Amino acid sequence: MIGDIDLPGFTDPVAGAQSSFRALLSAMAVPGSVHEAGIGLTPPAPLAPATAAVLLTMVDGEAPLALDAAAEPCRGWIAFHCGAMFTDAGRAHFALALTCPDFANLNAGTDEGPEESCTLILQVKALGSGTAFRLSGPGLQRPALLNVDGLPVDFAARWAANAALFPRGIDIVLCAGTTLAALPRSVMVENA
Amino acid sequence: MDTAASARTPRQHWMAVLARAGADEISRLLKDMPALPGYRRLRGPDTGLVMLRGRAGGAGAAFNLGEMAVTRCTIRTDGGLTGHAYVAGRSERQAELAALLDAMLQDPARQAALHTVVIAPLANAQQRRRDRDARKAAATRVDFFTMATMRSGT
Repeated sequence: MIGDIDLPGFTDPVAGAQSSFRALLSAMAVPGSVHEAGIGLTPPAPLAPATAAVLLTMVDGEAPLALDAAAEPCRGWIAFHCGAMFTDAGRAHFALALTCPDFANLNAGTDEGPEESCTLILQVKALGSGTAFRLSGPGLQRPALLNVDGLPVDFAARWAANAALFPRGIDIVLCAGTTLAALPRSVMVENA
Repeated sequence: MDTAASARTPRQHWMAVLARAGADEISRLLKDMPALPGYRRLRGPDTGLVMLRGRAGGAGAAFNLGEMAVTRCTIRTDGGLTGHAYVAGRSERQAELAALLDAMLQDPARQAALHTVVIAPLANAQQRRRDRDARKAAATRVDFFTMATMRSGT
């Protein structure tokens, strides 16, 4: 049962999904660049508009989603508006988390199918303030700085372990308020 | 199959009736009702295609008959009732009205009146149309059994 739904999704589903998809593409292409998404969305607490926009754009009945405990109250809304199929973290194509999970619990794909790995949609407190990270790698001509409030203190080390799996490994979409940024598995993250 | 009559719960019945009723038909019946409650759309109305599955005879294997247009809508009234509708065809107004009626029919205070004024007349009209079509079809029926008997007699 999906329970009682009292909040709408995108006002215009086609335009909403297209502009969010464009924001995601741009964010993935230039790691650490911050883009706007989900403006005007009114998702249920504790989802931020950008997080909701990513879910509405990417998750459907063919892309199983895992929720962490804090995201559990939004299960009904996500099931209704995305038609999502829920599963456990190890098998999910997308994982929604409000606190940074252990990457080892997520599907990192296989050497034959690295594209099957999980994309982590991680909601943080803020983008553009908080701890500074220096990013480098494909898509970045010179190292870029990204400030994130809400990542664990040992994030850089944990990300290095994920990057070591390349071409396997997870990708992260960071969402806060109406902004998002992405960390594809190919990017190097250091504490700045 | 007569889905409207075989629906298991009252809600399935009224949803089945509304799914087959035109927007004009519904609005005409609603004219005499007290003002409709305020509401907002949660999803849609949007139109998509649904694959129809068919079976040749009771023992035939299922096959894809074709796709039909279906319009769906979900609304929530200011009173906090959620109404859903999936209706045949591409009429967004019908889907929205059907969803609104589905929500209103869940309100015990309105249910009886709405049922008498809107659902019952629609159900009766649909039943009459089905009976008429069944009669027309029955008139063209060919009894193959008779032909087989005739052949075996020669």
